[in-house]
Amino acid sequence: MRILRAGPETPKGSMHPLCSKFPALIGTYLIIGLAFGAAGAMPAAAEEAADTSSAQAPAADAPAKPAAASKPAAAAADDKKLMRVYYLGKEYDEPLPLSYAEEVVTDKGIQGARLMLKEANQAGNFVGHAFELDEGIVPDDGDVVARAKEALASGHRFFLTDLEPDDLLAVADLPEAGDAIFMNIRSSATRLRQEDCRQNVFHVIPDYAMRADALAQYLIWKKWPKWYVIRRDTPEDQDYLAMVKRSAARFGGKVVEDHLYDLPPGARNIDSGHQQIQQQMAQETERAPEHDVVWAINSDDDFGDYLMYRTTLPRPVVGTQGLQATAWDKSYTESGAMHFQNAIPRLADRKPVERDYTAWLGFRSLSEAAMKSGKVQPKDVKKYLLSEDFKLEAFKGQALSFRPWDHQMRQPVILGGGTRVPVSTSPQEGFLHPTNLTDTLGFDGPESKCKFKK
Amino acid sequence: MKRSSLATACATALLLGSASVAHAETIFVSNEKDNTITVIDGDTLETIKTVKTARRPRGIILSPDYKELFVAAGDGDIIDVIDTKTLEITRQLESGPDPELMDVDPDGKIIYIANEDDSLVTIMEVDSGKVLAEVPVGVEPEGMAVSPDNKYTAATSESTSMAHIIDNATHTLIANVLVDSRPREAKWTKDGKELWVSSEVGGTISVIDPATWEITKKIGFEVPGVRPEQLQPVGMDFVRDGKMMLVPLGPSNRVAVIDTATKEVVDYILVGQRPWHGELSADGKKYYVANGLTNDMTVIDVDRLKAIKSVPVGRLPWGVAVMPGKPDV
Repeated sequence: MRILRAGPETPKGSMHPLCSKFPALIGTYLIIGLAFGAAGAMPAAAEEAADTSSAQAPAADAPAKPAAASKPAAAAADDKKLMRVYYLGKEYDEPLPLSYAEEVVTDKGIQGARLMLKEANQAGNFVGHAFELDEGIVPDDGDVVARAKEALASGHRFFLTDLEPDDLLAVADLPEAGDAIFMNIRSSATRLRQEDCRQNVFHVIPDYAMRADALAQYLIWKKWPKWYVIRRDTPEDQDYLAMVKRSAARFGGKVVEDHLYDLPPGARNIDSGHQQIQQQMAQETERAPEHDVVWAINSDDDFGDYLMYRTTLPRPVVGTQGLQATAWDKSYTESGAMHFQNAIPRLADRKPVERDYTAWLGFRSLSEAAMKSGKVQPKDVKKYLLSEDFKLEAFKGQALSFRPWDHQMRQPVILGGGTRVPVSTSPQEGFLHPTNLTDTLGFDGPESKCKFKK
Repeated sequence: MKRSSLATACATALLLGSASVAHAETIFVSNEKDNTITVIDGDTLETIKTVKTARRPRGIILSPDYKELFVAAGDGDIIDVIDTKTLEITRQLESGPDPELMDVDPDGKIIYIANEDDSLVTIMEVDSGKVLAEVPVGVEPEGMAVSPDNKYTAATSESTSMAHIIDNATHTLIANVLVDSRPREAKWTKDGKELWVSSEVGGTISVIDPATWEITKKIGFEVPGVRPEQLQPVGMDFVRDGKMMLVPLGPSNRVAVIDTATKEVVDYILVGQRPWHGELSADGKKYYVANGLTNDMTVIDVDRLKAIKSVPVGRLPWGVAVMPGKPDV
């Protein structure tokens, strides 16, 4: 079991000049007391805050108490409203990228949370708020529920959960977790927003219903309504398939055939395998009924990319490979997105992935709610997250908010993946909704099966 | 009688015509994707010259004496300084990384630069390029505005959603005002009694009272048939002697007209696609607004509040600056 404490990273090469003068600041896991808002005495205050930062942090649901109030600067630091956020994750076995040339990323998500910690404190400094991030990522065979119990016992109530559905539900259903808030940053499983929804779980990552709808709207707009589905049969694939069929029914598309690809996965880009793949993909698509696109559903990422340019008929590939519906894409640059594209590499030495964005977004939702409401009690934060006042800016060109009926974050969805520039963003023109156009993606209020239990 | 009054009218028109020639002016438009500045003759609305700059030019401002044009080149990590007579880049200011917008104090001596990527405001001597201070602000600073009395500089941080107030004498922050999401620009009224801040994603303008640094009024926008999330205020310019404000509204393809006394929106003017920033002509009679997605600039008649002409510029036009007079070229 691994428990890490992390704080605002000071990435190499972009160190603030002030930091180099005050080494005590660097490497501290918590910046509190950068009380240069009104006093304008940043360096001294910051140095002293670093000294006091090892003091035990108070429980999130108790007001921050002065830890070492002897120094005026420390007292100023402790006047801040503290929100402690806990990153709860598990090192699941994840499929390797299909290509050896593609980097295996083992720190998805947490880097986005670390970035937001830095940004939240940067903002919090000005308005009397401080933020902490504790990291608890258990190994694949570790006990995530036990880890969650420890965190809850130590007063944590704000969680970013990098967990698969069963683990997430096990944690959220702990009796002591009733008043906690869990930000689902990982799972797209629709059941978490439907029959398995929970009053203490919020979803910042789009579910399969939103992803399928985002692609479907674009395909309908393109007048490409006939979809040939080729897929594996994992629970994720089955979930996505059901949502593709749902999208077809909603928007006037048609799944012309649901074809199971059951050949064993080839080696990752086998040396001599190109010839074989070339023939195999043509065979898999040659008997398909008339179709406009091939919709690949391959969560394990072991064949989907092979379809591109290898289908019998020249047809675009969409789905889990090819054109994908995603909350973040490496090609996305609009609405200030370059800030995030540049900030993650400075911290993580790699490009951002979707989970970095959703972790950042989950933390950002919490910190925004704290700072805008001025409150850090879980019940107040939750109330604000669900209020009309909650309008989150997150590089999507419009304010994001949570759907009250299932706690799914409403957001435009990027269509990209594999292209150097994004193809589009859904919702598409012409798909109308009486209140929120983004509610044309996924389960709208009247369709929702979610019933929150207190 | 009739004849003579007609003659008078004609003469007046001629005089007016020649008067506008006498008020010759030059328009500069930054083209974010072309890495150029389009220089336009204000009379003919023809392009005089296209000046190559460092990468990703966005914010452009003129020195108070109009001798120099400052161009914030975000990806070039530099500010190009263009001589407005020769239209050549004569020098560069080491602005620090990713400069986006800036403002110059009324004496033209100090420049305040928003370093978007580093969350800093760099305060620099214009002549020497010497950095006087770097003030840490919120994430993604953009809008910069020096108060008319030169006491304060307002900086907006887009990601942190704040207007930060810098004391120009001490280079420290004296106030941080939370505004609606993604504040883009800050503008002071001429008398310095109000600070206006536009929130792009929040869809509002916050009017801040510098006596208390509190928001006294929020102005929203509404156009029948246009989705509320498309009404995104970005640039702001006072016109008609400060009695009205023009606000380009991004994806709604409109410029809003606000009565500054009542703080009510009185009109919307349809322009090109995604207008963000504009500038008033030297005589105050026209407003030039850059349309990011249609690669053109709309000319608005300020008296009639009508769009009268569209002028092609470079790719992804961003900012506009206007200088009385003409360059030598």
